[in-house]
Amino acid sequence: MSGHIAAVRSYVLIFALLMIFTAITVAVAFINLGRLNFPVAISIAIVKATLVILFFMHVKYSSQLTKMIIGSGLFFLLVMFSLTMTDYLSRGWQTYPVGGGKAVEASGIRPQGSGLSQGSGKP
Amino acid sequence: MSDGIAAHAPLHEHAHHPALQHQFNTMEQQQETVTLGMWLFLITEIMFFGGLFMAYLLYRVWYPEAWAEGSVELDVVLGGLNTVVLIGSSLTMALAVRSAQVGAPRATVGWLGITMALGATFLVVKGFEYAHKFQAHHVPGPDFVFEGPHARQVQIFLSLYFAMTGLHALHMVIGIGLLSVIAWMAHRRRFTPEWYSPVEMSGLYWHFVDIVWIFLFPLLYLVDRAHHFV
Repeated sequence: MSGHIAAVRSYVLIFALLMIFTAITVAVAFINLGRLNFPVAISIAIVKATLVILFFMHVKYSSQLTKMIIGSGLFFLLVMFSLTMTDYLSRGWQTYPVGGGKAVEASGIRPQGSGLSQGSGKP
Repeated sequence: MSDGIAAHAPLHEHAHHPALQHQFNTMEQQQETVTLGMWLFLITEIMFFGGLFMAYLLYRVWYPEAWAEGSVELDVVLGGLNTVVLIGSSLTMALAVRSAQVGAPRATVGWLGITMALGATFLVVKGFEYAHKFQAHHVPGPDFVFEGPHARQVQIFLSLYFAMTGLHALHMVIGIGLLSVIAWMAHRRRFTPEWYSPVEMSGLYWHFVDIVWIFLFPLLYLVDRAHHFV
């Protein structure tokens, strides 16, 4: 085998970076960024995952074929997310009235499967 | 047979390595194939967890208030501690693989042992978290109790919490079992700098489980700590 042998120091450095990003993620979570909180948290998680994949899992030193196959896997994951979300979000469903019970009756929305749904239909 | 040897003369000394399977020409080719196969498996695992992440994404978009209410009930200190423990175990796993690469079997066993201990620590903390949830009646089902108008949707959030962390914990248990086998093999001096694939592939599995948690932690524990929605 001719695997790339990294120095112990490089692994410790990556670990330190991962700890820093974890601290940042937690700190930012307590700051009100409104709609930005979710994308920021996901972006930091993606950076952390990339560090683990490239250095701990040695993908940086792997063959082009391996990199391509990993990339295609992530691509299909994104396809699953985006196609599913565009499907659901383009159905014109309203937000289900909260609380159930009287709120549901007053709105006239019936549960799915009753044959008379006129409105939400969301579970 | 002679053609094979002549064609790979520069690597002749590896052509008869005891760990070389007959269908491969060189150790390097075998190693790349093993790595590729492991990654194909990990991609199926990504899709496996991906389905749950997809459900999470959809319901979070639909019920942001319930997501905020449910998330704030989780212990961010324990979750953060578990994140540090698991990322630490990825470091020790990488060091275990490195020890195998340089032909240091005792260090390999040692680092694998520490990795397993950190994994077990993670599971113990998770056990405490689950126990709290049982006591607080936050487990989805007939005993579920939650204050507020979004109780039904919070139950969905908690269902996903238990499903995702439960599936992740199951992978951790399997991983610890796997590492115990690899540690035993290392102890028996099965690995050399020329062949240490099982250690490296177990490492890939372990790092993958760590990556899943890297996403689970912010998605479950850090939804709305700044109280934008509630």
